Amino acid sequence: MNLEYSTEQTLLADSVERLLSQRRATDRRAIWAACAELGLLALPFPEDMGGLAGGNVEAQIVMEAVGRHLADVPYIGCAVGPGAILGLCPETLRLRELVAAIAEGSRTACLAHEEEHARYRLAHVETRAERTASGFVLNGKKTGIATIDGVDELIVSARLSGAAGDETGIALFLVPADLPGVRMRTFPAFDGTTLAIVGLSDVALPPDALLASDKGALAALDRAEAASLSAVCGEAVGILEAMLDETVAYLKTRQQFGGPIGRFQALQHRAAEMYVALEQARSMALLAAVSVDLPDREERWRMLAAAKVQINASLRFVGQQAVQLHGGIGVTEECRVGRCFKRTAMIERAFGDTFHHLAVLDRLGGLEGRLPRTAPAQANGRAA
Amino acid sequence: MDLSFSHEEIAFRDEVRAFIRDNLPADIRAKAGRVAHFDKADVVAWHRILDARGWAASHWPREHGGPGFSPVQRYIFMEEMLRAPTPEPLSFNINMVGPVVYTFGSDAQKARFLSRIRSLDWWFCQGFSEPGAGSDLAALRTSARREGDEYIVNGQKIWTSTAHVADWMFCLVRTDAAAKKQEGISFLLIDMRTPGITVRPIITIDGAHHTNEVFLDDVRVPVANRIGAENRGWDYAKFLLGNERTGIARVGLSQGRVSRAVSLACGIEGLDGPLTDDHGFRRRVIELEIELKALEITALRIIDRQRRRNDGRPDPASSVLKLRGAETQQASAQLLLDVAGRLGAPLDADLAALGGGFAEAQGAAAIHLGARAATIYGGSSEIQKNIIAKGILGL
Ligand SMILES: Cc1cc2nc3c(=O)[nH]c(=O)nc-3n(C[C@H](O)[C@H](O)[C@H](O)COP(=O)(O)OP(=O)(O)OC[C@H]3O[C@@H](n4cnc5c(N)ncnc54)[C@H](O)[C@@H]3O)c2cc1C
Repeated sequence: MNLEYSTEQTLLADSVERLLSQRRATDRRAIWAACAELGLLALPFPEDMGGLAGGNVEAQIVMEAVGRHLADVPYIGCAVGPGAILGLCPETLRLRELVAAIAEGSRTACLAHEEEHARYRLAHVETRAERTASGFVLNGKKTGIATIDGVDELIVSARLSGAAGDETGIALFLVPADLPGVRMRTFPAFDGTTLAIVGLSDVALPPDALLASDKGALAALDRAEAASLSAVCGEAVGILEAMLDETVAYLKTRQQFGGPIGRFQALQHRAAEMYVALEQARSMALLAAVSVDLPDREERWRMLAAAKVQINASLRFVGQQAVQLHGGIGVTEECRVGRCFKRTAMIERAFGDTFHHLAVLDRLGGLEGRLPRTAPAQANGRAA
Repeated sequence: MDLSFSHEEIAFRDEVRAFIRDNLPADIRAKAGRVAHFDKADVVAWHRILDARGWAASHWPREHGGPGFSPVQRYIFMEEMLRAPTPEPLSFNINMVGPVVYTFGSDAQKARFLSRIRSLDWWFCQGFSEPGAGSDLAALRTSARREGDEYIVNGQKIWTSTAHVADWMFCLVRTDAAAKKQEGISFLLIDMRTPGITVRPIITIDGAHHTNEVFLDDVRVPVANRIGAENRGWDYAKFLLGNERTGIARVGLSQGRVSRAVSLACGIEGLDGPLTDDHGFRRRVIELEIELKALEITALRIIDRQRRRNDGRPDPASSVLKLRGAETQQASAQLLLDVAGRLGAPLDADLAALGGGFAEAQGAAAIHLGARAATIYGGSSEIQKNIIAKGILGL
């Protein structure tokens, strides 16, 4: 057992913190370039592709700072996810070049996997890929894509065979965003971050666009989902810290009834409960980070699901209390806790919400695997 | 960053498990998890078995008769005992008075008391709380007037658990009534056979006689039985209350209760088949498991921090462990009784005569009722929140 950051990890935390505390700017491209300069964009990629082979703890370190500063940096969608996927794909010259370009910030890529009716089910892919004489043709629609403006490459999941939900038959493709038939539409989510949907109609791809198929594709998607979930837990911890700090500071300064409101024990206890929620979330973020690479799929998802359920609960509790303890100012657009609150509500539904992960745990017999079941779960085909 | 135990630590855990499996007497094992409190005879028997192995005083330093466990080993050791569960080494002796004696006692006191505290030859109880001094412990009024080389002690203690079976009581008394309330307190060891001591039972809602009122009328205590300096008792009490708090989450205890609730549920049929298929039941188990997992890791994080700081000071974050630990003990006990349903109704009856279902649910009510005290003793949940708000958040 060793729960201390290494020297490198401490340095990383310091430098990300410095970067994001200096840049309150809204220019996402500029922040992205600064991330590249710091080496953050090389971090999630394996060494043999020219990456820095950072682990899940490193990704959480970056995301914790992103959360603390409520920075609008699509690090998970454009770095962590692609890193986890490409790391499991057979290495080619094209991939090496792409990774090098991503690392230096000259090109961008993001994962386009989610679909309208998937509801967190990893294997729910309706988008079709057909083999043709000259390669593949893709048709379908991808949603909920966390990306950066003008993204260059999409990593798209599509089905070569089978029906939505089948664990076999899925393939991954590298799709340049400017290909004919690719239509990307972006929209702002309620927390101010940008999401995209992509329509694919008769998108023709050469044979070498295929990154992985079948078991390999599913394993890569599973890993990206796990790594992303872990990373978003880091972001959650950063936001929780920020909300607790802001609230405690406010309790000390806001005067009512002739003194600071922090002298009221009812509010002190609420703040203490927020602290407990933060500490428990920190513990579960740690659990997520060390569980992403567990070889046993069931064990891995038991831990990740537990982490996400707990962190969602902490986000909800701390978010609600942070707003409440600020009074009216807490529900305004200009107040930071109000913005934090919106972000927490989006994170709650990133990479599986509480309903989903409780159902995952239910299927797997609970966290300890000790809950037997005689009757099959309600037959609505939910895959972990 | 690594959350898993090392090979040596896993080997140690297996060693502890095997030791419990091979040495826990069968009659104690039969009661395990089915009683709210073990009897004195059970506690003593198991304590002696551990002591013979050198493990009774798991967190004492070697020079005072401890096994020299690392902080992680201590944690593993305690959790394994809770999970079994076995009786615990007597906390009053091992966690409380022992460390006070070896840290602040004179050489003569160490020679006289330490090995008997460790081996449980002398059973200690804790005489801190008084009718007027609960959470506000420093308000205690029991007085000790000096007469030559004796103190004459007068007053009343309350909630003195196991006083009726104890040989000794470590006790906070007021030696200077004029001083500020924290500054006039001394720490005495009182022989329970001394004339003037009356012990009256308090029966708690679990039906148990576990705790007591203790009346002290002109009780003569040798000055030689005062630990440390006169009027410095508050410092020793604070040391005692802050000592070894990483085990207070008692995750293993709650885990054991959840396991028992699940196996009980396996044999119970409800409207839609086995209770283990019931969605509501499964949700409660899972949510409790998640909370316990978080608590376990929080405990390990605090241990890790202490190991690196290595100054022995209590970590204020351990209030999280007490707070959430007590709550999960209660939630797991509540779950057990909820599973038992009306078969959990008997508190003290011949269960075998009532029927097998009742016997299966043995102890569910007593454990649930007994667990309500967990958020009250050892610094109530409200006091833990005060500590977090003031000590950590600066409010
Ligand atoms: C089963 C059991 C065994 C015990 N064993 C022992 C023992 O062996 N030896 C011993 O010395 N003591 C023992 N105790 C006593 C225990 O330590 C006290 O019960 C505890 O300190 C609380 O004191 P109290 O009961 O007087 O409650 P009070 O202090 O009167 O508290 C009543 C309520 O007010 C709340 N409260 C009090 N102060 C504050 C505050 N400042 N802010 C907010 N809320 C507050 C409390 O949390 C509680 O909810 C035992 C208690 C129990 C129940």
